[in-house]
Amino acid sequence: MMAGVAAASLVSLTRLLVGARAQWRSQPGGGQCLYFANHCSHLDTLAIWSALTPAQRAVTRPVAARDYWDKPGLRTYLSGRVLRAILIERRRDERAGDPLAPVFAALEQGDSLILFPEGTRTADRLPQPFRGGLFRIAESFPSLDLVPAYLDTLHRSLPKGSHVPLPLYCTVRFGAALERPAAEPRADFLRRAHASVCALADPARRTPA
Amino acid sequence: MTAAQKLLWVFGGIVALLSVASALGWLLQRRKGDTAVIRNLNERLRAWWLMVAVLGACFWLGPSATLVVFAFISFFALREFITLTPTRASDHKPLVVAFYVLVPLQYWLIHLEWYGLFSIFIPVYAFLGLPALAVFAGDTEEFLERTTKIQWGVMIAIYCISYAPALLVLDLAGFEGQGALLLLYLMLVVQISDVMQYVFGKLFGKHKLAPLVSPSKTVEGLVGGGAAAVAIGASLWWITPFTPLQSAAMSLLIVICGVLGGLALSAVKRSLGAKDWGSMIEGHGGMMDRMDSVSFAAPIFFHIARFFFSG
Repeated sequence: MMAGVAAASLVSLTRLLVGARAQWRSQPGGGQCLYFANHCSHLDTLAIWSALTPAQRAVTRPVAARDYWDKPGLRTYLSGRVLRAILIERRRDERAGDPLAPVFAALEQGDSLILFPEGTRTADRLPQPFRGGLFRIAESFPSLDLVPAYLDTLHRSLPKGSHVPLPLYCTVRFGAALERPAAEPRADFLRRAHASVCALADPARRTPA
Repeated sequence: MTAAQKLLWVFGGIVALLSVASALGWLLQRRKGDTAVIRNLNERLRAWWLMVAVLGACFWLGPSATLVVFAFISFFALREFITLTPTRASDHKPLVVAFYVLVPLQYWLIHLEWYGLFSIFIPVYAFLGLPALAVFAGDTEEFLERTTKIQWGVMIAIYCISYAPALLVLDLAGFEGQGALLLLYLMLVVQISDVMQYVFGKLFGKHKLAPLVSPSKTVEGLVGGGAAAVAIGASLWWITPFTPLQSAAMSLLIVICGVLGGLALSAVKRSLGAKDWGSMIEGHGGMMDRMDSVSFAAPIFFHIARFFFSG
């Protein structure tokens, strides 16, 4: 109950502050989804989560960095109870076993996920090359819808190193789920996934069907 | 008649007009079906009801509430302006100051009725202060362009728009404490001029005024709509300190400034690659689409009225 109220207020606050308007370039399917996007600010997770429809939000969990979200107090409450985030360890020395193990567990349960395949934030408009985690997930879950998303203007709202977000109107653009050709090499897949996010960066251009 | 009675009469007139327009819109939709133009007309009318309700609430609650509402209008207008303007990470500090310091401060100065400061604060102190703040980010790439864009946004969205509610604290000879009527007069003439130009343009429009800048504006719309707005403005002389002739001249001034503001800001918008400033007000686009004429008309009207009519 409390978590539900907190979730609703978090969505309203995010929308008030940075807009977080969703733009669907193609109609989403109803199945299990993995939304992957460029990563440029601490507000990214909240922005995508707020842009989803309530029905999508109810089954979607963000994958987030433990070193940022596992701080005692508000962040732990929000990431644990409200966002139901899957926290993964980015620091190699702290890792024990496969850092993606909790992600695989959540996907097996049927949860939809939000993932930032760059692994870290970038100050630029376009994302850096994607890391391999996305490929491993795609390989293991062939029926998962891989939906690219582009966070527009958010890199200007809260650039790396600043703490006060500018109240700009940010848009979250969702594209069509990636095609899944059989036996595609890792590098090709990652390049294609990367390009699908970059293609959404241009507000005027439509993504090729 | 007291100022309050005059306000009531004018608002009664607006509500009557909007009711007739809404009834016509409803009839049109029933007769001619749900075409794009009619749907847009009805959307606009619904937004008008909302805007009139907000303005009415402002007058009912008093000057402080009006200042708060206009501060939010400035905030949203600046938000749209800066969203469309490509700024860089190194502009973060000046932008934080613009949104969270300059907006409240400008309206606070008006609340204090400190004419000597609110009329120069942004053109002098913010104009120099914003680039001084930006320089510490150590980024010289397109420094002039970036600074100019922030200064422009701040001037139009905060400074110029704030002149509309500043009419509340403008003391004209024999007209003390009736600023609300002047604000209503300005908003009415500007908005009626916009609406009438749209109507005349749709009915009689043939020759485009500035096809590249603002494709929907026509010469017929401008002349017909402008004349109608001046006539309505002149007939409202009894809520102003002006004679009917002076009121016609003032309305003409407001109409001309409004048209120029609409054109200039449309050119700015297009140079930023957009058609509408935003999507906040249904059928109208964004806040800036509705305030573009006000931002040019308000400061000029304020200063001309002050120059000729203050005691």
